[in-house]
Amino acid sequence: MTTVSERPNRSVVRVEDPALLCGRGRFLDDMDPLPGTLTAAVVRSPHPHARIRGVNLERARRHPGVAAVIGPDEVLEALRPFPLSLKVPMPYYPTGTDKVRFVGEPVAVVVAADRYLAEDAAELVEVDYEPLPAVVDVRKALRDDAPKLHDGAEGNVATDRSFSFGDVDEIFARAEHVVTGEYDFPRYSSTPMECYSVIADWQDEVDGPAVTAWANFHGPFSMVPVLAGALGVPVSRVRLLIPADNGGSFGIKAGIYPYVALMALASKHAGRPVRWTEDRIEHLLASSAGSDRAMRFEAAVRADGTIEALRADLVDNVGAYLRPPEPSTLYRCFGNITGAYKIDAVQIRSRAVVTNKTPTGLNRGFGGQQLYFGLERLVDKIAGVCGLDPVELRRRNFVQAGDFPYATPTGGIYDSGDYPRALEMLLDNAEYQKLRLAQREARERGEYFGIGVATIVDPSATNIGYVGLATPAEQRRAGRGKSGSTEHVRISVDMNGIVSVLLGTVPQGQGHATVAQAVVAGQLGLPLEQVRPVVEMDTATTPWTVSSGSYSSRFAPLLTSALVEASERLAATLRLAGATLLAADPDEVELAEGQVRVRDDHSRAVAFRHAAGLVHWDPGSLPDGVSARLYEEAAFTPPEAKAASRTDQINSSLCYGFVAELVAVRIDPETRQLGIEQVWTVHDAGTILNETLLEGQVHGALAHAIGGALYEELRYSDNGQPTSATFMDYLCPTTAETTYRLDSDHLETPSPLTRLGAKGCGEGSCMSLPVAIANAVADALSPAGVDITTLPLHGNVLHELLTGGGRDAENNQDNERNH
Amino acid sequence: MKAAPFAYVRPSSLADAVGELASTDGGGKVIAGGQSLTPVLAMRLARPDTLVDINAVEELGALRTRGGVLEIGATVRQRRVEHDPISRGVPLLGLALPWVGHRELRSRGTVCGSLAHADPAAELPAVACCLDAEITVTGPAGVRTVPARRFFTGAMTTALGPDDILTALSLPIAGRGEGFGFAEIARRHGDFALAGVATRVRLREGGSPEATVTAFGVSDRPVTRDVSAELASVLAGPQDTAERIGESLPDVLSEAAGQLVDTDGDAHASRSYRRRLFRVLAGRELGKAYERARRSADEVST
Repeated sequence: MTTVSERPNRSVVRVEDPALLCGRGRFLDDMDPLPGTLTAAVVRSPHPHARIRGVNLERARRHPGVAAVIGPDEVLEALRPFPLSLKVPMPYYPTGTDKVRFVGEPVAVVVAADRYLAEDAAELVEVDYEPLPAVVDVRKALRDDAPKLHDGAEGNVATDRSFSFGDVDEIFARAEHVVTGEYDFPRYSSTPMECYSVIADWQDEVDGPAVTAWANFHGPFSMVPVLAGALGVPVSRVRLLIPADNGGSFGIKAGIYPYVALMALASKHAGRPVRWTEDRIEHLLASSAGSDRAMRFEAAVRADGTIEALRADLVDNVGAYLRPPEPSTLYRCFGNITGAYKIDAVQIRSRAVVTNKTPTGLNRGFGGQQLYFGLERLVDKIAGVCGLDPVELRRRNFVQAGDFPYATPTGGIYDSGDYPRALEMLLDNAEYQKLRLAQREARERGEYFGIGVATIVDPSATNIGYVGLATPAEQRRAGRGKSGSTEHVRISVDMNGIVSVLLGTVPQGQGHATVAQAVVAGQLGLPLEQVRPVVEMDTATTPWTVSSGSYSSRFAPLLTSALVEASERLAATLRLAGATLLAADPDEVELAEGQVRVRDDHSRAVAFRHAAGLVHWDPGSLPDGVSARLYEEAAFTPPEAKAASRTDQINSSLCYGFVAELVAVRIDPETRQLGIEQVWTVHDAGTILNETLLEGQVHGALAHAIGGALYEELRYSDNGQPTSATFMDYLCPTTAETTYRLDSDHLETPSPLTRLGAKGCGEGSCMSLPVAIANAVADALSPAGVDITTLPLHGNVLHELLTGGGRDAENNQDNERNH
Repeated sequence: MKAAPFAYVRPSSLADAVGELASTDGGGKVIAGGQSLTPVLAMRLARPDTLVDINAVEELGALRTRGGVLEIGATVRQRRVEHDPISRGVPLLGLALPWVGHRELRSRGTVCGSLAHADPAAELPAVACCLDAEITVTGPAGVRTVPARRFFTGAMTTALGPDDILTALSLPIAGRGEGFGFAEIARRHGDFALAGVATRVRLREGGSPEATVTAFGVSDRPVTRDVSAELASVLAGPQDTAERIGESLPDVLSEAAGQLVDTDGDAHASRSYRRRLFRVLAGRELGKAYERARRSADEVST
């Protein structure tokens, strides 16, 4: 029954930009929705791990201009621990209570007339800490003698699950090659331009407390129930409002909800609404990040390069708490853990481990950059073992165009694609053979020139059922399953025929309004200006369910499908009204060019607005029994997003796109500086909805990936102190670093599961480019026998690799190491 | 990230500025462009009682040449020096200024402020040391000058007393037969250097070339060394090019690298990597300076 409907105009310009470019954007810090709002400052732990022996708030409370100061006692008195994704004795509150477990963990909140006063008083909060040994390295945290973060837990492992699909051990036992690689993916973030921002208002009403909160979150999704759980109120007593303008998130703002709870509590004590605006240091110290991962991959391979079985041992460092939605980084890519390859047998061990780092969460590419760093490095290694070009090795193992829908051993059902063709496009665009020739010549001149490739499956429209996998199947209760991937929309038509589209996807700059306008205009046969998108999330009035929000590239596949469904219902009513005015059969009329007209006789037409006007002004003329209904809601609910099976398989996303990427790098043999010569990329995100926005997503994802591959890293000293807590040390790429030659191309194999055939596209290169760069650097340095097993890569790292390997004969006095 | 409370004064004469600063009894801090001080205040890493804003002191805004030197007053913005044709007399400034932060920072930041701040990885202190410039200091006891090579006494520490104001920098105008080079390597464009060099080569008729290198980002202050002997050891005659010198010189700079580069390593660059960068950059930039010096000598004689 699913059909590919009329395509939207894919070259429209962004409707969001004029206001943003003229400084008329309205971000939360520009808004003052509640008179008398006070300002909060957060007191944070300077220790990575310490017992809280006592907290004295009295001096701070006496400071002029201070309305309230709250600490661990107030938190324990009023809040419950946040409900976690699985049962584990590691209680998580918005402040440290018994202990602090990472530098930057909130301990107290000062509410005052302004931020200056609040920060002055924050210095008067006295906390008596008993410092404890800290652990930040995930391998060290696994040891028996490691400092234990949570007293009630057996150790630092929050979850440890093993999965096996197919005859893995048997295949390994008779394999011609067994290829193994150990890799470490670093921790980095997104650093949105606008940090967290919250206004919270606690009201004690006759039937219990209620919280109204504004936040620049991109939920509600499953975080609002988590928030309500901590507040001990029904979900509907938490009203969350989100401004239409949001200065970026890339997933990172999913970590905002503990602060909503904390500011709600601060408001209860202050008796006034409370505003808290996170500053950059707070953000880098204590907001969120992608998890760092230690991993081991092992493949059983035939002599011809066919990968027959795969073992993956994944150990995620989730920081001090298993903060929801963790441990989802481990499971987001569960259905596509074998990537673009036909591998029928797979074993997985998934562990999430707590350490004295900041808790982790969503970060553009969520789980994908970690997974593919290991898988795609291993694939290159397999090519080397088999004596094949890395491109040829991939080609031999690809899922083929005729295989779709393709079921992976872990439960994924790839909806559409043509990986060999996308790869050929990439190789043509890059003139791959010429590039290899140029490399041979460069090597003869003693230059380090490398070519790296990555081919990855890009999941979109998460099925939240994957969270269930962290709980063993026998403990998952029947009737309490989790599944789904739904998005909601409401469309209405006024008596002038103007169409309003209410979007609940909570964008953060992606241009959802632009696409929504084009989709609905296309469906209703209207000029763009007759459709007015409204971006608004107010959980009291906007339709939503627990999967609603902007994450996992949901807009293109899901929300546009809901737009089509709601438009179709409206169109039926308008055809009926038009047919009434035309005295025609409703089945013979169509919506086109701003009119309702008879399909076979365009001279018989009425304006769209007159048809809409009839429904508003003169519903008595409609056929008997027809509702005068010019507002429609739709909740697109794909049946393919089921809960995890009892055999632990899950179709973890609705759609699976594809990215083939190639990068050429050059390393200065003297300074060891690494430069990107060019990037070629081919995306298949199904039907293209808007060419400019798609290209913008590709550019943005590449820039983010370059950050992780070459510049950014949230580092900690061994004793747990963060060493990259300002932009002096946490290096985001700027325009100067992202001005490289780029060739971006697209293949369109529409998804049969979404109404327009579109899939997500904003995360792909975040997953592929980090490992493509690593593959290129390894290729460049292969004459020196250097392997690349981690990121970021820059001159100092390459110097250490080249010098530390003892291959730097010309440079003896450089052999001294400094670490 | 809000500053702790402080008093703010904006005197309009140098005498008043000196008086205001002295009256704070060591608790005052001078602000001109504020590009280093403002973030430090916002992070509460510095808590001066009083900020003495010298931007209204007219005489500190002078950019002029006199007696063979270019004099840059304390409130002169880096961007102004970069653009004013008067700065061409000191070619090393033109080579170095584009490396200082970003354009936006240079439009507020001052040359003298960069010296007073004395970040060991900053460019302008190295320029001052390489050229053997003089720094004018005004305090309650009057005016004195300090050679740049003695001004920097450690990381973020200088010869300035608590009541002193750095009022001007005087750089020698380049003469015939002089050539310069400047380069640095940073993680990103605009970051503080992992290692950088300023170089100066002077050709004298009948004599061997004089060569100086000042390295920055490699110690607790800019470090300057006469490398005339090292340069002479690789010169072969008229066929010498910047490129050839740049290739051969790093090998003879090992001893200099060992002595000059003594900073501890960090996540961005180990000491060993900084030594490598110093040798490569110094070789390349001395080669360029030599070629420019030769061109300068030829231009004048023809």
